[in-house]
Amino acid sequence: MADRSWRDPGTPLAALAPPGPADAPGQAVGTGPVAAPALDTWSEPPVIALRNVARTYRMGDAEVHALAGVSLVIERGEFVAIMGASGSGKSTMMNVIGCLDVPTRGRYWLDGVDVRILDEGALARIRNRKIGFIFQSFNLIPRTTALANVELPLGYAGVPARERRDRAMAALELVGLADRTGHVPNEMSGGQQQRVAVARAIVTNPSLILADEPTGNLDSRSSEDILGIFDQLNRAGRTVVLITHEPDIAAHTQRVVRLRDGLIISDEGKDLAATVSS
Amino acid sequence: MNVADDLRSALRGLSSNKLRSALTVLGIFIGVGAVIIVVAYGNGSSQAVQSRIRALGTNTITIVNRGRFGRGPATGGTQTQTATITSQDVSNIGDPNQAPDVLSVSPVLTGSDTASYSGASDTGVSLTGTTPTYLTAEDYQLQAGSSLTAQDVQNHSQVAVIGQTLVSDLFEPGQNPIGSQVYFGSARFQVVGVLASKSSGTGADPNNVALVPYTTAEDLLTGYTNNFTELIVQAKSAKAVDAAEQEAADILASANQTSVANLPFTILNEATLLATSASTTSTFTVLLTVIAAVSLLVGGIGIMNIMLVAVTERTREIGIRKAIGAPRRAILGQFLTEAVLLSLIGGLAGVVVGVVGTHFRIDGVKPVPTAGSVIGAFAVTVAVGVFFGFYPASRAAALRPVDALRYE
Repeated sequence: MADRSWRDPGTPLAALAPPGPADAPGQAVGTGPVAAPALDTWSEPPVIALRNVARTYRMGDAEVHALAGVSLVIERGEFVAIMGASGSGKSTMMNVIGCLDVPTRGRYWLDGVDVRILDEGALARIRNRKIGFIFQSFNLIPRTTALANVELPLGYAGVPARERRDRAMAALELVGLADRTGHVPNEMSGGQQQRVAVARAIVTNPSLILADEPTGNLDSRSSEDILGIFDQLNRAGRTVVLITHEPDIAAHTQRVVRLRDGLIISDEGKDLAATVSS
Repeated sequence: MNVADDLRSALRGLSSNKLRSALTVLGIFIGVGAVIIVVAYGNGSSQAVQSRIRALGTNTITIVNRGRFGRGPATGGTQTQTATITSQDVSNIGDPNQAPDVLSVSPVLTGSDTASYSGASDTGVSLTGTTPTYLTAEDYQLQAGSSLTAQDVQNHSQVAVIGQTLVSDLFEPGQNPIGSQVYFGSARFQVVGVLASKSSGTGADPNNVALVPYTTAEDLLTGYTNNFTELIVQAKSAKAVDAAEQEAADILASANQTSVANLPFTILNEATLLATSASTTSTFTVLLTVIAAVSLLVGGIGIMNIMLVAVTERTREIGIRKAIGAPRRAILGQFLTEAVLLSLIGGLAGVVVGVVGTHFRIDGVKPVPTAGSVIGAFAVTVAVGVFFGFYPASRAAALRPVDALRYE
């Protein structure tokens, strides 16, 4: 699907979005070790800026305030954990940040783009270009090889087949699965599947890697592997947002945001997070 | 995503549940095959009827003398009174004032005889005494020589026009029969013409025949004087056949002083009968085609059903695809391709089996497949795939990513 065929009626997407690394043509993942883009040379908007965001669901007559007014700024290159018990609103927050859901109130800028004004097609494009999702249950397409899974987002972006292949191979190499490209998900261990999912998330060179309990279904060894990859990606300059309820996972990050009842109750830097885990 | 990607993903989707896909394909396959075979069968039988109508002659009715009055009261006579067809009847029916819809009337006197020529002989030859109009009325074509003439009839000439069976039975291959002297029984006839081969409308071999002037036949076949076995009445047009039949029957009824209903003659209007049977056949063909088309429709509903199941089963996959940036159109295209692929496979298999199936005779009718039915059935198949695939595909495309991802 070529770019111009997108249903994008003159949205200011291109105008608002800074010339971030995701839009830089020809910059492929893994053409070497992931190099930090020279971010400091531009005055960048924050990757995530939430202002007073609320998300309300209707359940029969009752209104459920999954998010009750949240404001949060995450800058480029941060490694942030969002923590909270179940029902605290962290999944809703993840959906809103990931442009899978739209807030009922408040505003959300992703990479400087106000997503509220975007239609469904433009949101799909944002998810494709700017966000890399990693889910607890891996969410690979069944009966589809690792390579094809990783190629998929590039296919939706309209990247030609040859380039798709090269970039997907590079991403799989980066997560250490260069020898598993032809395997389908049920031929792989959970750790391997999650690494394929990570490769798929980074293959489009997104501004934001959004991981929802990425280690929830993994043994501790595989968890270490995945967290190691996140560390590596973050050191290479990528923004990683990790949703978890496990403190020792959160301890890997530089910043921990805690949610309760749809509100942020604390937002602490690395030092405090380290204290919590010790 | 391009068409190749969609096709690959559709094939993967279909092959993940082979039995289910095969059963769905079967529905379409049966529908398409049935449409093609039924249409070919109907076409074949209507062509057969038409060729039989052509073989019968052109707009003719045959009036056969049963010889005696049959059932029912006979006015002015007893049950044993002999009914006759006389030369007067013939000239009355041939009179444009009395029978305006009649083009020509040919009296026929038939007898069976043995034909012989220089040692070769042929038994059971139908010796037909008639007039020159008989040839046109019965759709006989001259292959060589000349026809009977009015002069021949008047002069009781001993001339004959012979059919192909006689030619091959009596003469050496390559020998020209024209001018030869052939014996029918003990009477000698000169062959003046040879008839082209003609296909049979009814049962008898129309080529084992010798046409002679009826006057000559009367001389030979005693007891038939002024009483013809048959009249061939040719109407002016196909539409005038029924009117001509009525006029001829009226004339014969008044000549025999009876009513049309009590006429001792059998009036065969076979073209009308065949036309009736042809229209019955075509009604059945239409009916069967409708049933076949309905089975195609049912096959389409099967596709829709299975695609709805597939969309539900793969809700999560749809959610994943949407989360990684699949636009609506990509999801729509993916599922639509799958539906069309199902119907396309069924359609192709149906066309192959349909075309092969039309090589077999069914109930003596040779099916004639038409390009229209093959192309039509195939086109309808693709349309069915698109039509019945569209709703499930658009449901898939309309799913909200949040809900789809949450689906278990």
